Amino acid sequence: MNKQFIQMKTDELTSRSKIILMVCALALVAVIFCPIWRIDLDAPQYPEGLRLLIYSNKLAGNVDIINGLNHYIGMKALRADDFVEFTVLPYLIAFFAILFILAAIWGKKRGLYILLLLFVIFGIVAMIDFWKWEYDYGHNLDPNAAIQVPGMAYQPPLIGFKQLLNFGAYAMPDIGGWMFIVVGLLVVYCAFSEWRRKVENY
Amino acid sequence: MNTRYLNLNLAVIGLLLLGLCFGCKPKNAGNAVSGDAAQQVYVAPGSYDEYYNFVSGGFSGQLSVYGLPSGRLLRVIPVFSLDPEKGWGFSEETKPMLNTSHGMVPWDDLHHVQLSKTNGEYDGKWVFVNGNNTPRLARVDLKTFRTAEILELPNSGGNHSSPFITENTEYVVAGTRFSVPLDDQDGDVPINTYKKNFKGTITFVRVDKTKGNMDIAFQIETPGINFDLSRAGKGVSHGWFFFSCYNTEQANTLLEVNASKNDKDFIMAVNWKKAEEYLKQGKGKKVKANYVHNTYNEETHTATSETKHEVTVLSSAELKDLCYFIPCPKSPHGTDVDPSGEYIVGSGKLAALIPVFSFSKIMKAIEGKKFEGDYAGIPVIKYEEALYGEVQKPGLGPLHTEFDDKGNAITSMFVSSELVRWNVKDLKVIDRVPTYYSTGHLMVLGGDTKKPDGKYVIAYNKITKDRYLPTGPELAQSAQMFDITGDKMKLVLDFPTIGEPHYAQAIKADLVKDNSVKTFKLEENKNPFAAKGEGETKVVREGNKVHVYMTAIRSHLTPDNIEGIRMGDEVYFHVTNLEQDWDVPHGFAIKGANNGELLIMPGETQTLKWTPDRVGIFPFYCTDFCSALHQEMSGYLRVSPKGSNVALTFSTGTNLANE
Repeated sequence: MNKQFIQMKTDELTSRSKIILMVCALALVAVIFCPIWRIDLDAPQYPEGLRLLIYSNKLAGNVDIINGLNHYIGMKALRADDFVEFTVLPYLIAFFAILFILAAIWGKKRGLYILLLLFVIFGIVAMIDFWKWEYDYGHNLDPNAAIQVPGMAYQPPLIGFKQLLNFGAYAMPDIGGWMFIVVGLLVVYCAFSEWRRKVENY
Repeated sequence: MNTRYLNLNLAVIGLLLLGLCFGCKPKNAGNAVSGDAAQQVYVAPGSYDEYYNFVSGGFSGQLSVYGLPSGRLLRVIPVFSLDPEKGWGFSEETKPMLNTSHGMVPWDDLHHVQLSKTNGEYDGKWVFVNGNNTPRLARVDLKTFRTAEILELPNSGGNHSSPFITENTEYVVAGTRFSVPLDDQDGDVPINTYKKNFKGTITFVRVDKTKGNMDIAFQIETPGINFDLSRAGKGVSHGWFFFSCYNTEQANTLLEVNASKNDKDFIMAVNWKKAEEYLKQGKGKKVKANYVHNTYNEETHTATSETKHEVTVLSSAELKDLCYFIPCPKSPHGTDVDPSGEYIVGSGKLAALIPVFSFSKIMKAIEGKKFEGDYAGIPVIKYEEALYGEVQKPGLGPLHTEFDDKGNAITSMFVSSELVRWNVKDLKVIDRVPTYYSTGHLMVLGGDTKKPDGKYVIAYNKITKDRYLPTGPELAQSAQMFDITGDKMKLVLDFPTIGEPHYAQAIKADLVKDNSVKTFKLEENKNPFAAKGEGETKVVREGNKVHVYMTAIRSHLTPDNIEGIRMGDEVYFHVTNLEQDWDVPHGFAIKGANNGELLIMPGETQTLKWTPDRVGIFPFYCTDFCSALHQEMSGYLRVSPKGSNVALTFSTGTNLANE
């Protein structure tokens, strides 16, 4: 067989990969409308619990109550307007959804690999940004705060559990976050199976 | 004397005394509690009771709420009486609720409780209660557990046979306990002209199906007698209402003798469907009256009091087929209708038997005109023609009857201090159990509905004596709960109550608890004096009236420094609780207030009027421990002499001295 032909053939995505990419694009559109992350708070006097939901474009849940409580320890009030992320993030996610569609239409493995790289970078940057945001809120406290515990910072966990004074904070991805993770895993899976197919063909 | 002989003598006397102690007096039954009682009524910490029990507070004027089966007090709802703890009747917003045609009446005597019904079963929307003293009806909203409405009743001398309701809450009734000259007549008459000048009235109050608002539909004018209690017909007898009557002797003095002479008084049967027809035909007479109607608006958090000037009256003597009298022995107290609606039980306070009347026989007697005559123009049905049968030797002093789920009735006996269970069909006494002491009302869970939930009966007693640790001459009144699932009624719980409990009702918690309001939405607050954020706080002077638009949020009041108030001013603190979190009320109190405090729920605005009585600095603070810095939630108000030129200023966090 013509070697050039094999080369060309192996750079094509399988239709399975294309379908997965299209599904991923749809999932990303859905992520825009779903809560991505959530922080559950529990305290002795809040048996019903408090919840902070982080969407791509807003905060939801018991934001006002959490702000009311946070003013004691001098944390800034959480206001969606203060975050540039909430204006940028929906567009970034939409941009990725379009990239997924384009990659599927183009149908080249190179496209898939670039997509994977960009998506992973996006995920990492987003998590670093989120962590920095949490760090800021947890550490930049009003020096006139009513309650000051020496050495205490109130940075919520990125994922998992952390005790902050009387509150236990439990952070985890919400439905949008899980969809995001599944999309990431699917892209990794596609890239890996496409790469293996190339190896086997040789 | 020989000491040995003396010792022997003493020993013999001692034995004799011992014998007297143990041998002659029967053992007190007070300890007859079965072994598993504690387990049955135990509600573990953090667990909920199965039922809400709404218990009348009697002369406290309030309505108490207990959990069952634990008997734990959950809340006291202020209704007719001032409650400085909650600001009820003290805040400017709630003062109009206690208004009457006599001005503010800050107390009443709350006797009876009725849960709203749909199809003869509790629907969990409202509780209606009566004010016996200055005739009133009140409605408590079960979303907020607050009094939402109070309606005064004209042409009434006292509202006792109330607030009993029809099976779909079409009407709440009120019957006068004391007959008096009617409001549009000259009341300046000798008391001993009772027979000529005194009249009774029965009031039917319409209830709005969705909002619950009350409105007098009509009154029935009756001869001057005393109406005691009442019950609506249900099922087959729906459309009729039954009122017990005493003092048919029409005595105006020493009633205990003069109103106990007749061998039989009456139960009055009222055909309210007929009354509706007469009303439509324009047979009602518009009569001048003067009464007030107070409603509390949950959006403005403010009550309004409206005076009304007219009622429509139907004459019991002139309008045929409207009222009938059924003879009932010896000053009947309770008149109770069984779940089917067929049997009407009359409890003659002084009778040695309990008559049970049959609705179908009453209907036949009316049809066949089997009357023994008339009383003031109202036909009196022959006793035997209305009677289903009599319960023989039930006990002494029967007062009230409720029904279980097995076709039995349970009657409270005041004099013999017991509950007596008897079968409605064969009228045989099945069981009796002592109560501690002298039961008045009793309540079976759902005992006045079409489907009683025959789990427990509770006796609400009039005498307490040794039931609890002594607390001086004044004792809490006692209630006892009995398990009635078996053949024998078993005492399982004894608990103290507030005021004097009369009637009570209990509803499954599931029908109420999920509708309970947690906070009022701040954005829906339409109080004209609300400050919905600290940016909206201000102090405004209008002549000698100063309005302080204040906010409360953990843990500060805004403004918390106020100057420029002068002697002769009237200060109105309009405090809005900015919290939107569950169970974070704030309070407000200022030194020297000849008034109560405010207790402000999240999202609500309440107003305290305060008149300074001296020059100086007055602290004010939050009274409800709201947060870790509750003690810091305070402020100062400066009062200057009349004519002072101290400027009106207000601030929070900025009014600091230059250093």
